This record gives sequence, structure tokens and C-alpha cells, in this order.
Amino acid sequence: MHISLNSSNIIFGWLLNFMPATAVGIIEMVLIALAYLTLFAVLGLYLVLMERKVAAWFQLRIGPNRVGFQGLLQTMADALKLVSKELTGTVKADKFLYNLAPYFVIISSLMALAVFPFTKNLQAFDINIGIFFLIAISSVGVIGILLGGWSSNNKFALIGAMRSGVQTISYELSIGLSLLTMILITGSLQLSEIIEVQKNGWLILQGHIPAIIAFMIYMIAGTAETNRAPFDMAEAESELGAGFHTEYSGMKFAYFFLAEFINMFIIAAIATTVFFGGWLSPFGITESIPWLGIFWFLAKTFVLVFLMMWFRWTFPRLRIDQLLTLEWKYLLPINLVNIVIMAVIVWLNLTIQY
Amino acid sequence: MSYFSEIYNGIKTLLTGMGVTGKYFLHSRKGAITQQYPDNRDTLKMFDRFRGEVVMPHDENNEHRCTGCQKCEIACPNGTIEIIWDRAIEEETGKKKKIIDKHIYHLGMCTMCGLCIEACPTDAIKWAQNFENSVYDRTQLTRVLNKPGSKVKAGVED
Amino acid sequence: METTIVNNDFKSEEYFINMGPQHPATHGVLRLLLTIDGEIIKKVEPDLGYIHRSIEKMCERDSYQQIVHLTDRMDYLSSHINNEAVCLAVENALQLEIPERVKVIRTIIDELTRIASHTLWWGVMGMDVGALTTYFYGFRDRELINDIFEETCGARLTMNYNIPGGLMYDIHPNFVKRVKSFIAHFKTKLPEYDSLLTGNVIFQKRTKGVGILTKADAISFGASGPVGRGSGYSCDVRKHHPYSALDKVPFNEALQTEGDSFARYLVRIQEMWESMSIIEQLIDNIPEGDYNVPTNAVIKLPKGEFYQRVETARGELGVYIISTGTKNPYRLKFRSPGFSNLSLLNHIAVGGKIGDLVATMATLDLVIPDIDR
Repeated sequence: MHISLNSSNIIFGWLLNFMPATAVGIIEMVLIALAYLTLFAVLGLYLVLMERKVAAWFQLRIGPNRVGFQGLLQTMADALKLVSKELTGTVKADKFLYNLAPYFVIISSLMALAVFPFTKNLQAFDINIGIFFLIAISSVGVIGILLGGWSSNNKFALIGAMRSGVQTISYELSIGLSLLTMILITGSLQLSEIIEVQKNGWLILQGHIPAIIAFMIYMIAGTAETNRAPFDMAEAESELGAGFHTEYSGMKFAYFFLAEFINMFIIAAIATTVFFGGWLSPFGITESIPWLGIFWFLAKTFVLVFLMMWFRWTFPRLRIDQLLTLEWKYLLPINLVNIVIMAVIVWLNLTIQY
Repeated sequence: MSYFSEIYNGIKTLLTGMGVTGKYFLHSRKGAITQQYPDNRDTLKMFDRFRGEVVMPHDENNEHRCTGCQKCEIACPNGTIEIIWDRAIEEETGKKKKIIDKHIYHLGMCTMCGLCIEACPTDAIKWAQNFENSVYDRTQLTRVLNKPGSKVKAGVED
Repeated sequence: METTIVNNDFKSEEYFINMGPQHPATHGVLRLLLTIDGEIIKKVEPDLGYIHRSIEKMCERDSYQQIVHLTDRMDYLSSHINNEAVCLAVENALQLEIPERVKVIRTIIDELTRIASHTLWWGVMGMDVGALTTYFYGFRDRELINDIFEETCGARLTMNYNIPGGLMYDIHPNFVKRVKSFIAHFKTKLPEYDSLLTGNVIFQKRTKGVGILTKADAISFGASGPVGRGSGYSCDVRKHHPYSALDKVPFNEALQTEGDSFARYLVRIQEMWESMSIIEQLIDNIPEGDYNVPTNAVIKLPKGEFYQRVETARGELGVYIISTGTKNPYRLKFRSPGFSNLSLLNHIAVGGKIGDLVATMATLDLVIPDIDR
């Protein structure tokens, strides 16, 4: 395991003086896991708040503004309320799977969060197949949705879960292929190396036309992957009530809810890393101050998150067959052609670098 | 070729839609259409014809204009108004005269149709503009409109 | 209704699902019993009775003035038009001569009601297909109309402004000014509706070719209003049997021939433009005069049967009164547009997906209290 947090290395190096290496390793892992868990909770809650505020501004409303300054503590209050609520369930639910499902969803998004380089060296786990790991992990989450929908003994939930399964299986392809297009330029799956490559210009500039196409496909497929409108077939509140989490309440519902927002963050963060240079500042303007990388990373990510929110609050929902038509008749063929174009561009050295 | 033009037109319509919501997002600072209700209680003024509840105005001598003719009671479709009346002997002329004992108004049954107020020949009852009518106990919705000790204004019957 | 719950003629792949009475897409308390094969609808059975208040029976108890306010509670989105239907029926039975001023004011408020109803429908239509923002834009514009109503009539929804013989009171001095400013405002907003939803490729895919109702079916099911006109069935009561001031105003009947959900959508959008043009023609020349003609305190209709039809925002509302010469009607029947429009839901939704059913139902623009009464 590559723990590359510089500051933490000092602490752990000091700990190593009076502890065996195994114990230090365990403490290290627990502490970092706790740090990420905190980040996860705070990020999730504030993404919910951001969504509510953004939605309100799109819809000529004011949004939450009561709890805390300008409503900043609103989602904290909501979380407290959800914790204190009774956990209900249906009588004939498959209890084990029913209880397991929310953890599947939330753990998979938590694992994905671990590989992102927030700035140089601030990365919990710099795995050399980073992109592959992210794609793999993001498919695990759908198992939780399927389990939750299936085990809660509700037909609306079952329909929602099946829709989600169909949707994720299809759109995984587009996500993978559009990222693969960019991998052709970087030649590496490791996230830190992908960012290194972009020091000569973000990949969306380097790869120009095919990169822009790949980015658009990625954003569409990523929105679909997170089950958000206009692809929120799994929830589709005007059709299925609440979809797969109809029968969940309290904190178990909150897990699904938080995971949706964290997944949105993850999709945006992958796009930031792969297309927009991750923590690199535009034209290297703050290269001398490395910790500003966090700011740039989060700024770019939140712009993309905002874009996804903009989609959600503008577009109507697709129908399930149109969803599949979009994937198999439009995104996938374009994507395949796009890979070939990108390959040609990389082969002929037509990428733009500065 | 229609395949590509379809994609192009599709993306164009989507961007048009995003333009509309984006415009409102940028102008969101001044454009909120919602009201912050309990906060704006002081400035919130209903229109003067607003039908809040039926009241019976009394003047400074504690006199109202209701003669107890019961036209409002007959006009009401829901039995919202009940008038308990009595006969009293007028002192000067010695004639028997109808006076109201209680003008009872069940707000909980009222549909705010306004027929009673149209029916009233002496303008004894009228609409009030208050709208915060919720109470914890529904017996509080039954109101006696004439104040205790009040009497009909002289000359209203004529 | 034990007829539908125990259903033994399922095929093995089919299952039964209960949509409503508490479901976001049923707009109230409509219960749909769906038989579904996967996502495909095999059968839709509406189950009514959750908001039945026996309005027709209550009408037999009430005097003719009192009946009017009950009609507010039927199709609450076009309450003024419902009131007018009863008032016109009574006035025709009594052969009252209604002042021109009343006729013009009634028509203006009718058309404002229609716009208010259609803006609400537009918002909810967007919400049903998943675009939540439309709801607020629709309500923003509807709110301005409600303010006009509140200032003039005293209530926002259940206005009860019409009485047999005219209007309860005269229009508010601000009425004309407010209506004009609303029309000016709405003229800029209605094109926005088009760019946000009508033109949207996803919306078009969701509604085009979905829930197709042929002209012949529209006529045989008794469809009326935008549902009938979306199928090319010219059924506008305002055009064919003009009432109030509508015979003096030229306007076009919104007609589409496709018969799918998108056609019904376009009819309503077009109707909003037409309503605006009707209001614009009338608002500047409201004739002077009385706002009602005095009637007896107790209205007794002559013995006989009376029928009056009006065009509400949802279609043709018929009021059928049988009078025996007393102060109450012997029988009063409402022919409500929603009931006939709901009856064709099974016919047009079978074979579609669940999403299609929701989109189709949204374009039928059902108001459940109107169906159940």
C-alpha cells in the first residue's frame, strides 16, 4: 500500500520508533480511513445542500435558509433527524439482504473516493490501475441497488432496481470507452501519472475534437451511472414513487441518498482528473504553491457537479427504452469511432501540446 | 446523415432549455417568487375583498346592525350560521320586536361562498381579511359574532 | 371494488400493481389498477370513489344560488367556468336578460381561468415527465392570475363570483390594469415554455406517438376539450355553441390532428395564446352597466328540463337540471369532462410503458374531484 501523504509519513515515521511496523500500519490505515469517512460525510451533506440551493435558484426559490447562517447547517439538521428516525421495513422482506444493501452502496462509493489525488501527494492509495479500479468499483454500487430493490418486497422497488441494473450495465460501457479514449493519450491508468501528462495542457485540449466528444459522452454516461435525472429511471418519482428505496427509512435511506451525491462527486472528480488536469492550475499560474492544488481540484469538480445539477433541473426524464436506444444506438457507436479517431491522432502526433 | 442532424438538433434543443434555466439561475438574486411567510407577517396585506372569515362590526357604543332577520342563516348552504333570537318589548312604543341573542358562526363549516353577506339587508356582517384561522381545538372555531351586551343600532330596521 | 383485486386471469409473466390512491403521478386520489408485463402495460383500470362527496345529491337539497358554490369544488381549476355553467342554465330557464357588462366580464375571467389552469397543467406535465423546474415557472404565472381573482372575487381558487343573474359584485378598479400587465408579462413567458419544454428533444421523444387517440375513438369515448381537439375532433363549445360574450369575439379553435400526447400538449399551449387574444379583444371595451340583474330571493325554475354546456379548461361541462317548479332542482346532473377523458385511458395506454402511462395521463389533465364529484 502506497501511503503518500507527506505529513503523515513524518508522524508515522516517529511512531515507528516505539511500535512494530505492523501496528503502525494498522494505525495508519484506521486513521486515514477515519479521515476519509469524515470527508465523505461532510462532502455528502454539503453536496445535498448545494443541490438544494442550486435547485432553488433555478426554480426562482430561496432554498434552505433557516438552520445556521444562510442555511449552512440545514443538511446537518436533516442528518440528525434521519438518525433519530425509526427504521421501518416490510414484513416479508429478505431481512439480511435488505439490511446489507445500503452498505454495499455506501462502501463502494467510499472506496472510490480513496484513489483520487486531491493534490500532489495528497492521495490515500495511488494504485497503478487507478482508472480501472474506479470503473470496477463504481459497478459494485449497483449491486446494492439491485439487492435493495429486490429484497424489500415491493413491486415499485423491484421495477426500480431492475431499471437501475439495465441502465448501469449499459452505461458502464460508455464510461469505460470514453475514458479509454483518453488513456490512449496518457498511456497510463495510474491517476497521478495521468495528471503528470497534463502538465503540457489538459487532456481535453491535447485531444481536442475527439476529447471533447469523449467528454460529452462521459458526462452523459456518468449522469446515467449515478441514476440522476434525466436518467433517474431507478427512482422516477412520478412513475415509481421512490423507486428502489421506497421501503427504506431513516439512516438506511440516508445511505442511499448520500451515496448518490458522493457518486456524483466521484463522476465529476474522474472527469476533472482525466479531462481537466486534476489539481493542476490553469496554465500553471499557482504552480509554486502546491497546496492550492486542492482548491483547483475541488473548484473544477464542483463546476462539473454544477453542470450535472443543471442537467437535472432542466431536462425531462427519458423512458427506459429511449435510455437504452441512446446508449446502444448513439453513444456506443460514436464512442467506438471516436477511439479510432483518437488512436489516429495519437499515432500521427496531432495532439496539441504547449 | 439524418442520424447526425438528429444528434445536432437534439443537443441544440437541450442547450436552449439549459439557457432558460441558466438565465433564471443568474438572476436568482432578485427573482425569488416565494414568500418567507411567517417573517413577512407585518407587510403581508390581503386584498380588501379577501374572504377570511365572517365578522360583525361593532361601533364604539357596542352596537351592531344585525336585526336578527335570519336571511343569512337561510342563504347559507352549510348551516354555518345559527341565530338564536328572542322577542323584546320596545320601551317607547311597547311593540314586540325581534332581537338577536347570539349570532353563532361555525368557521369550521364555512366554505367562504359569500352568500350570507350578499343576503344581509342591513350590512351587519362582512368579511374580515385575516387568514390565520388554525386552532388546536375545533370548538374554538365556533364563534359568537355579536359581542356580549351589544345591542342593535337604532334606526337600522327602518 | 372486489371485482379487480382478485384477478385470476393473469398470464404467468404478468403482475398487478396498484398505482395510487397515493401516488405522485395520479394528482390526487385516483387509483389505477395496472396489469403489467415487465414494463409494458396490459390493462389499466381506474378505480374511483376516493373523493366522492355526492355533490349532485347535495344540489337537490340546495337552492339555485347555493348550488353555484358547490361547483367550485368539482373542477377546482376552472371553478369560475363551472359556476357560469350553473348560472347560465338558471338564467336561461328564467329567461333573464343579462347585461352585456356581465357577459364580457364573465368571458374575461373564464379565459383567465383557462390560462391559470393550463399553466398549472404545464408545470405538472413537466413534472410528470421529470422536469421539475417547469412546475415553478408555471406556478409563477398562475400566481399572478390568482392575485387578479383574489382582488376582484375575494378568493383564489373557489371564487363563487357568479350568481344567477350576474356577478356578486363589480370588478375591482384595478382589474383592467392588472389583467393588462399580466398579458404583457405572459406574452414574454409563453415562448419560454416552448424553449424549455416543447422543443426539448427528450420531451418530444417522450410524448410523440405516445397514447394515440384516433378521431373516431375520441368521438365514441365522448372526449372533449383539448383531448378531443388533439385528435382533430372539433369540439370547442365556445365555437359551436357560443355563450356569454364569445359570439362577438373572433378566435381560432386550437386543433391538432395527430392524436398523440404531444398533440394534446400543443393544443393547450395554443389555447393559451387564443385565450390571451380573447382577453385582449375584450379588456379595453368592457361596456358600462349593471353587474347583475336582480332576481327573487327564492329562485323557482319553471317546470321542465334545462341543459347548459360550457367549455371548461378540461372540456365540455354539461349541467342538466330537471325542475318540478320548486326552489330546489329535482335532479341535477353534471356531465364532467374529466370522467369521459379518464374512460379512454385504458384504450390509449395499453401497450405503452409505465413512463408512457404517466405522460399520457398528464396530457389528459385529470382533476379527480371533477371525475368523482
